[in-house]
Amino acid sequence: MKSYRTLYEAARPFIIALWLSLLFLPFKGISAALIFFIVISVLLVSSKYLLKYKNTIAEGKTFKGYRLKAAGLFSDRFSAVARYLLMCLLLLVPFLFRDYFIDVAILAGIYIILALGLNVVVGFAGLLNLGFVAFYAIGAYSYALLNTRFGLDFWSALPFSVVLTSVAGFLLAVPALRLRGDYLAIVTLGFGEITRLILNNWDSVTRGPNGISGIAPPAIMSVSLGKLSYYYYLVLFFVIVTVFITRRVYTSRIGRAWVAIREDEIASSVTGINTTLYKLYACAFGAFWAGLAGAIFAGKMQFVSPESFTFMESVLILCMVILGGLGSIAGVIVGACLLVLLPEVLREVQLYRMLALGIGLVLLMVYRPQGLLGGKGVFIRS
Amino acid sequence: MFLQQLINGITLGSVYALIALGYSMVYGILELINFAHGEIYMLGAYLGIIFLAFFTAIGLTAYSLPLALLLTLIFSILFCSSYGFTIEKIAYKPLRNAPRLSPLISAIGVSIFLQNYVMLTQGATDKVFPNLFGTAGFEFQSVRMTYLQLAIILTSVVLMVALRLFVRKTRMGKAMRAVAQDKTMASLVGINIDTVISVTFIIGSGLAAVAGLMVAMYYGLVNYSIGYVAGIKAFTAAVLGGIGSIRGAMFGGILLGLVESLGGSYISGEYKDAYAFIILILVLLVKPGGLFGKAEIEKV
Repeated sequence: MKSYRTLYEAARPFIIALWLSLLFLPFKGISAALIFFIVISVLLVSSKYLLKYKNTIAEGKTFKGYRLKAAGLFSDRFSAVARYLLMCLLLLVPFLFRDYFIDVAILAGIYIILALGLNVVVGFAGLLNLGFVAFYAIGAYSYALLNTRFGLDFWSALPFSVVLTSVAGFLLAVPALRLRGDYLAIVTLGFGEITRLILNNWDSVTRGPNGISGIAPPAIMSVSLGKLSYYYYLVLFFVIVTVFITRRVYTSRIGRAWVAIREDEIASSVTGINTTLYKLYACAFGAFWAGLAGAIFAGKMQFVSPESFTFMESVLILCMVILGGLGSIAGVIVGACLLVLLPEVLREVQLYRMLALGIGLVLLMVYRPQGLLGGKGVFIRS
Repeated sequence: MFLQQLINGITLGSVYALIALGYSMVYGILELINFAHGEIYMLGAYLGIIFLAFFTAIGLTAYSLPLALLLTLIFSILFCSSYGFTIEKIAYKPLRNAPRLSPLISAIGVSIFLQNYVMLTQGATDKVFPNLFGTAGFEFQSVRMTYLQLAIILTSVVLMVALRLFVRKTRMGKAMRAVAQDKTMASLVGINIDTVISVTFIIGSGLAAVAGLMVAMYYGLVNYSIGYVAGIKAFTAAVLGGIGSIRGAMFGGILLGLVESLGGSYISGEYKDAYAFIILILVLLVKPGGLFGKAEIEKV
C-alpha cells in the first residue's frame, strides 16, 4: 500500500505534465506536445527538488545568518549612501547611455508615475481599478487637444489636464463607490472601455483611430525639451515630485485613513472616518497622476491614438503595482522598471511577454501575493 | 427590418446566455468573477475549427457530415471542460481562502495567458470556419431566418432547460445549490466542496464550448481576441438577469442580444460594443441584484 503511494508521488509530476500536454495537443500537433511534455515534467520535477532543498536550508542556521547579514547591508547609513549614488547615476544617465536607453528610461519614468497613481487607489485605499488607463487617456488627449486646437503650451495646458483628469476620477467614483470590490473593478473596466470607444469613434474631435499628431513637446524659456536627454530630466523631475508628494500624503492623516479603510472599512467608519469622502479623495488623487503621466506621454510621442489606451495597458499598470508590492512606493517603482526594462533587454522573447505576464500574475497571486517588496498590505489578511 | 433584427438579436442573445450561465454558476458558488471564462468560449471556437479540419483530413466529413459535426462538438466540449477544470485547480483553488481580489487578479492572469497561448500557437490572423450550410433557411414576409440561426436558438434552449433540470432534480444539483448557499454548512453535512466546484467549472466550460462552436459556424471567422469582448458581454448578461440565477442569465442574454442588434441598427452601429458596458454600469448602479436576483444584504 505504502509503496503504491510513493510510486504515485514519484509519478505525479509526469501525470500532471501528461495531462497538460494532452490539453496542448490540438493546438500545435504531436511533436510540439511531446516537447511541451518534456519541458513541463523537467520543470515540475526540478521545482519539487528545489522546494525540498529550500526547506532543508531553511531549517539550518546558516540561512538565518545570511538573513541577518542581508539586513545589515540595508542599515540606515548604507541606504543613505546608496541613495546618493543612485541619484547621481540617475542624473548622469543621458551622459552614460545611448539614446535608445534614454528612450526606455523615459518610458519607465512615465510608467512609474502611472503606477504610483494606481498604487494610491489600489494599494493605499484598496479599491481595484481595472480602467485606470482611461485617466491616462484623458490626460494625454486633453493636452493633445489643448495644444493642437487652442495653441496652449505644455505648462499652461498641464493644470487643465490634471484637473480635468482628477474631476473625471471623482465623477466616476461618486456612483461607483457604492459597489463592493469586484463589482467596482468591473465598472471601472467598463468606464475604461467606454472612454476608448468614444476616443475611437468621436471623429470630429479626436480624429478617431487616426489619432492626433503634431503635438508640441514642452519647452522652458523657448528651449524645446523635445531632445531626448532634456526630456529625460523633465520626466525625472516629475517622477521625483510624484514620489515625494505621494509619500507625504501616504504618511499624512489622509493616508492613514486610506489604510484604515483598506484594512477594515466598517471599523474605520466606526472610528469616525468618512469612508466615502476618503475613497473619493483616493480616486481623484490617483487619477491626478494618471493625467500628469498622460500629458507627459503626449508631449513625448507628439502623437496620441486610442491604440495606446487599451485594457491591456490597464492590466500592465496593475501588474507593475502588484509585482512590486501593493502599497509600497519603492516596490511599485521597482515593478514598473522591471516590466518596462525586461522586455527591452530580452528582445527575442518579446513575443512571449504577455504570455509570461499572465503566468506571472497567477504565480504571484498563489505564491507571493504581497509582491516583491511589499510588506504587510492588502493581501496579507483574509 | 425590425423583425429581422429581432431574429438576429435573439440568435446573438442565446449565445450570450450560454456563456453567461458559466459566469453565473461560478459566481453563485465561489463569488468569483471568472475572467477567463470568455477565453474558454474562444478556445471552444478554435477547437471546433481544429477538430473539424482534422475530421475532414481523415475523410470523415465527406463520409457523413452530421457525424463529423457531432464528434467535433463532443471533442470541443471535452477539451474545454478539461481546460476549465485545470484552470480552477491551478489558478483558483489555492486562493480559495485568500482575500477577494486575489482570485480576480489571478483570473485576469489566466485570461491574458490563454489569449496569448492561442495567438502564439494558432497565429494572430483570423481563422476561417468552413461554410457548411450556406445561407439555407426559410423566408416569411421578407424576414429571413437561416437554419443555422434556428439551430443555435434551439440548442441554447435545450441546454438551458437541461441545466435547469440538472440543478433542480439531481443529487449533484442539490449539492451545488447547497454550496452556493453556504460552503461551510454544506461541507459539514458531508458535501465534497472540491467536487462540486470542479463540476461547476466543467459544466460552465462545456456550455461555453458549445457557444464558441456555434458562433464560429455563425460568423465563419474566429480570432484569438474574441473571448474578451464576448466575456464582458456575457458577464453583463449575467448581471443584468441577476447573477447566480440560471433563469436570469437566460433572459439577460437574450435582452442584451436584442439591445445590441436593435441599438446597432437604429441608434449607432459604431458604439455597438459600448451598449453592453453602459447597461452593465447602469444595472450595477441602479439595481445591483439584477432582474431576477435578490438584493444582497451585506453581512457584518
